[in-house]
Amino acid sequence: MADNNNTKATKGAISIRNVTKIYDPEGVNVMAVDDCSLEIGAGEVCMIVGPSGCGKTTLLNAIAGFHSITKGEIYLDGEMLCGPSKPLADQGADRIVVFQHGALFPWMTLIDNVAYGPKVQETMTKAEALDKAGHMLAEAGLGDVAGKYPGEVSSGMARRAEIVRALINDPKVLLLDEPYRAMDALTKSIMHESLLEVYDRTKVTIFFITHDLEEAIFLGDRVVVMTTRPAKTKTILDVNIERPRDYHVLSSNQFRVLVEDAKDAVHEEAVKAFEAGERELA
Amino acid sequence: MSEAVQNGGTSNGAHSSGEIKPRKKSKLGKALSSKTFWRGVIALVGFVVFWELCSRTYGWTGIQIPWIGKVPPPTEVIYAWSYVIWLPGYWESWYLSSARVFAGFIVAMVLGIPFGLCLAVNKYFYDIFFPPFEVLRPIPPLAWVPASIVFWPTTEMSITFVTFLGAFYTIVINVLGGARSIDIRYLRAAQSMGATQWDLFSKIILPGTLPSIFTGAAVGMGITWEVVLAGEMISGGGQQGGGGLGFFIWSSYMGGTVAQVIVGMISIGIAGYLSSSLIRYIGSISMPWRRLF
Repeated sequence: MADNNNTKATKGAISIRNVTKIYDPEGVNVMAVDDCSLEIGAGEVCMIVGPSGCGKTTLLNAIAGFHSITKGEIYLDGEMLCGPSKPLADQGADRIVVFQHGALFPWMTLIDNVAYGPKVQETMTKAEALDKAGHMLAEAGLGDVAGKYPGEVSSGMARRAEIVRALINDPKVLLLDEPYRAMDALTKSIMHESLLEVYDRTKVTIFFITHDLEEAIFLGDRVVVMTTRPAKTKTILDVNIERPRDYHVLSSNQFRVLVEDAKDAVHEEAVKAFEAGERELA
Repeated sequence: MSEAVQNGGTSNGAHSSGEIKPRKKSKLGKALSSKTFWRGVIALVGFVVFWELCSRTYGWTGIQIPWIGKVPPPTEVIYAWSYVIWLPGYWESWYLSSARVFAGFIVAMVLGIPFGLCLAVNKYFYDIFFPPFEVLRPIPPLAWVPASIVFWPTTEMSITFVTFLGAFYTIVINVLGGARSIDIRYLRAAQSMGATQWDLFSKIILPGTLPSIFTGAAVGMGITWEVVLAGEMISGGGQQGGGGLGFFIWSSYMGGTVAQVIVGMISIGIAGYLSSSLIRYIGSISMPWRRLF
């Protein structure tokens, strides 16, 4: 992957082994994830697609340490995050989540938002954190709006700032939960290019949940199609499109073939989910 | 033409100040030329004229218009006011009522905000303190007047206590609701970035609750004014020579004129408006991010 880049990822390999998650074991017993296994290499962009409510976010929450798992283990760089002896992973700055709809703190300016991580971890002084945050925002093209509140900037800028806020912690893994949902196509493609640019620079492992197949193939090294609930891996598509990528990829034949394949795989699950009374694909 | 060139050639400071000034003017001009502003002015003037005419009808025609016909006309009220403002007791009443309102209100904030936050953050605290709180909350503050006169040594303290109760429950309920409704994603984001419990509290929960705190404060302030006046009327003002605006109204009713009663009423309206403006102002200073909406 990406041989033409001097940075080579050495950290951020996630190993998901036979993970099962059952909600409310005493009550209704909803199985969200069923015996799901997935190996994500260091520095890989792994795109997770599947019907709504299939359990993708459950998996992300387990990695992030927001929810416990019922069975199985998850490892990060060979170290167990969660397993039978410890069902709930510790939350840590090595795995930062970028949430659906964005979760910048509305009461902090962008620069304060970005500087928050290093400040609370006490890895930098306040001045150093602000200085670095300022640099990173400028790098992301947000230098002019660094002093503004999230409510004052566009959703695209806010989302970019949120990724900067994650990156300043030098995480091993970025966990993105449909970050570009409900954005218009034009903003989305700008977001994609900026994320790719960030990736090419940092080679951070990316675990990216989406409904958008074209997004998945444009960004990802692999696209993991999940089954309808309970979630397990149905198909894994390798995306052998060379990096760095730009929007011209979208019109290539290779891209169209991949989208077609992905659609076939997802469609089957979407129909199952629909028939099971689930909400349709967004 | 040459003037323009000369202006452009003058120092930068002069140029920029020349640029800012008309902008300020236009803001004021905008307010003065806005239809909303003039509608408001016309409505107020119209109301006063209507009131004056209705009050005077009896004197002119012998026909009394129900309710409003018995109210002294605005001119008489203003005349009464012009007399009252020279009485030290009137201003002392302003001072006393405001002091009681603010004493009760500040104590309610100081106790209510931490109490509400503890209820929101700690389950044990909630389980123990919320049930008694919920039993005491429906008791109207005024129902506490006789009891508080009994168990506080001075009338002053019992009025302040009742005032405190008026604001306390509202503030606590608002803080509790506000702290609980903070988006869990903010808490998760902060925790995953390594926030300690104190960071979470001071940088996420507290600012996230501020809007509710100010909502609670604004509502609580209104209740405080209601309660302090009633308390003053019932307890007889507590002090000689001007016992607060509530006592002022009461004593005007007993021994003065109706015009003075109305003076007292309008004074309270002004005092309440000033108090809530103050809270709004403090709110907008402490929540700069909310000014955008």
